[in-house]
Amino acid sequence: MDWIAGLLIPFVKALVLVVLLLTGFAYLSYVERKLVARFHVRYGPNRAGPFGLLQPIADGLKMLFKEEIIPRHADKLFYLMAPAIVVVPALLVWAVIPISNFSFRIFGYEITFYLTDLNIGLLYALAVAELGTYGIILGGWSSNNKYALLGALRTSSQMLSYSLPMGTALLSILAVVGSLSLVDIVNAQRGLWFIFLQPLGFLIYFITGLAETNRSPFDLPETENELVAGFVTEYGGIKFALFYMGEYISMMTTSALATTLFLGGWWGPFVDELPILGIFYFVLKMSAVVFLIIWVRASLPRVRFDQLMGFCWKFLLPLGLFNVMVTATVVALWG
Amino acid sequence: MIRTIGLGAVEIARAMWITLIHLLRRPVTNQYPNEPVAVYPRFRGRHVLKRYDNGLERCIGCALCAAACPTDCILVIAGENTPEARYSPGERYGEVYEINLLRCIFCGYCAEACPTEAIVLEYDFALSVYDRWDAIITREQLLQPHTPPHIVLRDDTTLEPNWGQWGGVARPAGKAEGQASG
Repeated sequence: MDWIAGLLIPFVKALVLVVLLLTGFAYLSYVERKLVARFHVRYGPNRAGPFGLLQPIADGLKMLFKEEIIPRHADKLFYLMAPAIVVVPALLVWAVIPISNFSFRIFGYEITFYLTDLNIGLLYALAVAELGTYGIILGGWSSNNKYALLGALRTSSQMLSYSLPMGTALLSILAVVGSLSLVDIVNAQRGLWFIFLQPLGFLIYFITGLAETNRSPFDLPETENELVAGFVTEYGGIKFALFYMGEYISMMTTSALATTLFLGGWWGPFVDELPILGIFYFVLKMSAVVFLIIWVRASLPRVRFDQLMGFCWKFLLPLGLFNVMVTATVVALWG
Repeated sequence: MIRTIGLGAVEIARAMWITLIHLLRRPVTNQYPNEPVAVYPRFRGRHVLKRYDNGLERCIGCALCAAACPTDCILVIAGENTPEARYSPGERYGEVYEINLLRCIFCGYCAEACPTEAIVLEYDFALSVYDRWDAIITREQLLQPHTPPHIVLRDDTTLEPNWGQWGGVARPAGKAEGQASG
């Protein structure tokens, strides 16, 4: 009977999670288009179905039925692998994100609302999320196109640079909690969310999160005015959609991690009495961060590449280190 | 350094505030096939051949419009009016009157050249056809009074859209006076 708890339940949970995330991606693209349209005082998609709700399905079908074009000069193996390498790590991170502490029993087996409570959860999330960079670099390289390669190189330098300040923001959280498990981190925020304890940390995390997911104003990898479309230049049809799936799921992951690390995860009013409310609070907080990301996209222009690098190395990293130093001192003296 | 950061933060806050205000506004989009487009009085759309009040055609078949046309897209062949078949007040009328809308650049020179104000550029802009030959419109089509449902005229003096003429339906929901795009 052990295989049920060890294999079947995680498998079913992972399946549900993947289905939810892919649906979430489809409707996130819809929500983003709608929201950006409203920011522009337009309607956005409203033709397919009521309020354009079937738009993601129409888009998906269109992408699926497009002719598959593989450039003759492309490195075929890596060209085909790259989109998958972008999507899979973005999905993998969700294995450790605790959605709620609510759990129920079916036939004596406890079902929790997270796939696993890894004791190195935060490290795992960071490591796996960084893997997505490989997909982008391989995509750019194997396309054998100068714009794609330039976009990919930019992405790699941008993502590697911004992981450092992001690491400092997470480090200060670690200093406070003393555990890498995401469940422990959320539990530690029961009284006070870390955004109030670490406002600087949240700011740094949010900015680096935008850069890590290649979102505006740091969407340098896809600057259409310089690079056609960056690393996706040679991609079309469903492979193109997969790159965007990776980007949008990363965006959800970043929001979910921000919720877990800074916004108190599932905690909210009445969660102690009714734990199932935690799911609602988690989704609410995550949506708020997603809205913030879209809002930033609608508001701020793209930065120049030297500004991007200078901002990271000369400003964010020292600021992050300063934050870690102050946190560490406070924890060491009064913790 | 501190000053730069402060100024940057203020600018970012201002940008975010502006977009937030716009988020709460009603979209200004004209949803064209469902809502009519309000055109201005001097809009130059598809041609129409006019008649006098007594029903006679204004066109006298002089072909000055064809001469004025920079793209040579107008063909006029005049026919003689007879007592049995009288189409226009003068001696002749436009027996064949064809305009190739694919060549027409809607400059309005034909309307300027016309001595009897027979040809006028009116308001229809939805001129797509399935067959290239259908883009050549004939005398019979041009003589039909042409008021397509997707167009609403604006008042000559106030330039306000005259929503009342649109099938008697009230103005589209949420369109403030003078807000509709033309």
